[in-house]
Amino acid sequence: MNLHLKVWRQKDAKSAGKLADIEARNIPEDASFLEMLDIVNDDLTGKGEEPIAFDHDCREGICGTCSLSINGVPHGPSETTTCQLYMRKFKDGETIHVEPFRAKTFPVVRDLIVDRSAFDRIQQAGGFITARTGSAQDANCLPVPKVAADAAMEAAACIGCGACVAACPNASAMLFVGAKVSHLALLPQGQAERTSRALKMVRTMDEEGFGNCSNYLECEAVCPADIPASVIARLNREYTVAAVKDGVA
Amino acid sequence: MNPISSYLSSSIGRKWIVALTGLGLFGFVVGHMIGNLQVFIGPEPLNRYGHFLQGLGELLWVVRLGLLAMLVAHVVFTIKLRLENRAARGTPYAVTTRRAATLPARMMALSGLMVLCFIVFHLLHFTAQKIDPSFLALHDDKGRHDVYRMMILGFQSKAASGFYVVAVGLLAMHLNHGIGSLFQTLGLNSAKVRPLWEKGGVAFSWLIFLGYASIPVAVLTGVLK
Ligand code: HEM
Ligand code: SF4
Ligand code: FES
Repeated sequence: MNLHLKVWRQKDAKSAGKLADIEARNIPEDASFLEMLDIVNDDLTGKGEEPIAFDHDCREGICGTCSLSINGVPHGPSETTTCQLYMRKFKDGETIHVEPFRAKTFPVVRDLIVDRSAFDRIQQAGGFITARTGSAQDANCLPVPKVAADAAMEAAACIGCGACVAACPNASAMLFVGAKVSHLALLPQGQAERTSRALKMVRTMDEEGFGNCSNYLECEAVCPADIPASVIARLNREYTVAAVKDGVA
Repeated sequence: MNPISSYLSSSIGRKWIVALTGLGLFGFVVGHMIGNLQVFIGPEPLNRYGHFLQGLGELLWVVRLGLLAMLVAHVVFTIKLRLENRAARGTPYAVTTRRAATLPARMMALSGLMVLCFIVFHLLHFTAQKIDPSFLALHDDKGRHDVYRMMILGFQSKAASGFYVVAVGLLAMHLNHGIGSLFQTLGLNSAKVRPLWEKGGVAFSWLIFLGYASIPVAVLTGVLK
């Protein structure tokens, strides 16, 4: 199949960018979106032009590195990651807009690559447990109710891709932070740092400049890991309880 | 920073203020509607109710100032949030496809501001009675302020009635998103109760619209005279 691409090209973080018209020719229907870009890049390099820079790593939907807003939807039309999106989802001759994930907090590095290290800094502020490494203790000493295990697992599925921020009209990171805080708040291992984690992660999220949640739920609609918006309700609860505990302590 | 100002400068703390004041104002909106609907029972209960409220004296002012404080806090914090949200978006997309945000959700600032304008007009109209000062002179046979006649006369104007219907429509639209949203903000949401808040919120916003709009419509159609 042949497609007309409108791709964001930007030399570096400081330059202004613009949408460029690029033709994608002879693309197999079963190619993934990233493989389509590989073919286009081969073509561009053959002609002595700069290939399109884009992020990718595992290409199997688990690492969260791929991004792209495709026709106005982060990760495109298939409710998966971009690497798991196949060209059969598009029609021959279609025009496809390919833009970077946009947010003030995700500055463009080059073309379609954005800097998502703000997420790393939020994680480093509290998205972990402090535990002695070494031999694990007997699992039966840490009972986890099935309901909590399932909810924690659901939240732990977040791959940190940033599509939630890219889709949110406010560029809010509440779905991501909600997933991280929920995951550990539900498990016994997360209890010791439960209060400080909620406070620190939200503080870092705010300091980085992410927007506030208006409950539009656009994040949930694009999340490739199916993180439900209920993690945001949990975060709202965790944070307020943490602020009260910390305030009176 | 002290814990209270630190909480109030956080994104979540600010949203809690918007949600709590929204809940308080929503409570008033429901109570006010039930009070007004007494117009359908007749002049006696409505005027008695008006007289009772006036008789509260200083206490009435406590309630009024409380409502004013909630409204001011609600507006100030939503403006703060909106400015931050706009700054956070950064470079706009050439193409955006919305998948979830409803029209009422995207219109919150507009519907809110229109409601604010309406509140000012409404207070001048029926509370301060500055728009038509003849309302001040209306008294029933027991010497109480005749709230019933004031409503009938006020809504016999097609322009005033039309304006009220549009305004309560915008208020209902604000609450169409607002009711469900406030439970999410206050952390009282989960997969289990979500349909209740979302569907219940939408249904309740329609009740608010129908309840309030029924009064001008009943006056214009001659059901109430
Ligand atoms: C009777 C008057 C009002 C009631 C009952 C009311 C109620 C509510 C409720 C329940 C919410 C949802 C809170 C949440 O998302 O957690 C809300 C949000 C909002 N209100 Fe109001 N409101 C009123 C007046 C106003 C006014 C006068 C404005 C004017 C600016 C306004 C602007 C907003 C905005 C912008 C939001 C969304 C905030 C956000 O999510 O970013 N409201 N309101
Ligand atoms: S919540 Fe979903 S969309 Fe957001 S970072 Fe995690 S996986 Fe990506
Ligand atoms: S490249 Fe790893 S999730 Fe897409």
